Amino acid sequence: MLQIGPYKFRSRLLLGTGKFPDLETQSRAVEASEAEILTFAIRRLNIDNPDAPNFLEQLDLKKYTLLPNTAGAYTVDEAVRIARLAKASGLCDMIKVEVIGDQRTLLPDPFGTLEASRILVEEGFIVLAYTNDDPILAKRLQEVGVHAVMPGASPIGSGQGILNENNLRFIIEEATVPVIVDAGIGSPADAAKAMELGADGVLLNTAVALADDPVLMAEAMKLAVEAGRKGYLAGRIPKKRYASASSPAEGMIE
Amino acid sequence: MTIRLNGKPVELEGIATVSALLAHYNLQQKILVVERNGEIVDRSAYERTPIMDGDKIEIVHFVGGG
Repeated sequence: MLQIGPYKFRSRLLLGTGKFPDLETQSRAVEASEAEILTFAIRRLNIDNPDAPNFLEQLDLKKYTLLPNTAGAYTVDEAVRIARLAKASGLCDMIKVEVIGDQRTLLPDPFGTLEASRILVEEGFIVLAYTNDDPILAKRLQEVGVHAVMPGASPIGSGQGILNENNLRFIIEEATVPVIVDAGIGSPADAAKAMELGADGVLLNTAVALADDPVLMAEAMKLAVEAGRKGYLAGRIPKKRYASASSPAEGMIE
Repeated sequence: MTIRLNGKPVELEGIATVSALLAHYNLQQKILVVERNGEIVDRSAYERTPIMDGDKIEIVHFVGGG
């Protein structure tokens, strides 16, 4: 089981809800992923068209835990404000803290992320901090009490996969809270790799939403996360330089 | 009176409270959160929270995001 703060989950795949081609595909993809945690953004309601289809309003809220994000925030104040708005919905107390430091790379601002996380932990939120893949920053975040650290594999939506395996491994080895690899996952292989490294979960969105077949990709990601997790628990063999025959050398016919 | 609603100036007459504002736009059944002049308005306080000339009102909801 994946435990984040007081909450327990069977699934280790967290799914974002942006960029899907349509709501019907999205519903089927969410179902195929078997994800229990879904991320959302907080935005202004379009007053002129309030009845535009909205994914959240179609969702069986008893089946899912909502993880609103503070996406779009470039400052601590903006992130805290968005987090409070999300919580005031009465639907959730988890928050994905996201304080962006640069528009082109969308890489997190480490200082803003740390400060916003500190404030929100103090206010009683269950904080999942989206962070750079920096082991020291991950430690600092844990010191201020975050409930999960979510290092990016590579820039958001880039699909580049894991760029710094070594740092992820350091973060995982030292972590006292769940480590969820978030952002940059491009393929099931990337997701499986993250889990094989010992991550507690994977959060992804674009890799599913923009796949040719989002529903099939959602299922593939679910299986990849499960396979990676089992592979991690099973313990992979060490890599060797030369071959080692799998069939016996004795008893060969002449 | 004029308020600023989600960033746009809006002329309103006869709207005295947040709940009247939500009714005016037919938003009572929506999952949303209201902020008035930077302060979140608790849902239990919609009836008694006034809307006044010059107010800045934000009405937000959950949208798809990662």
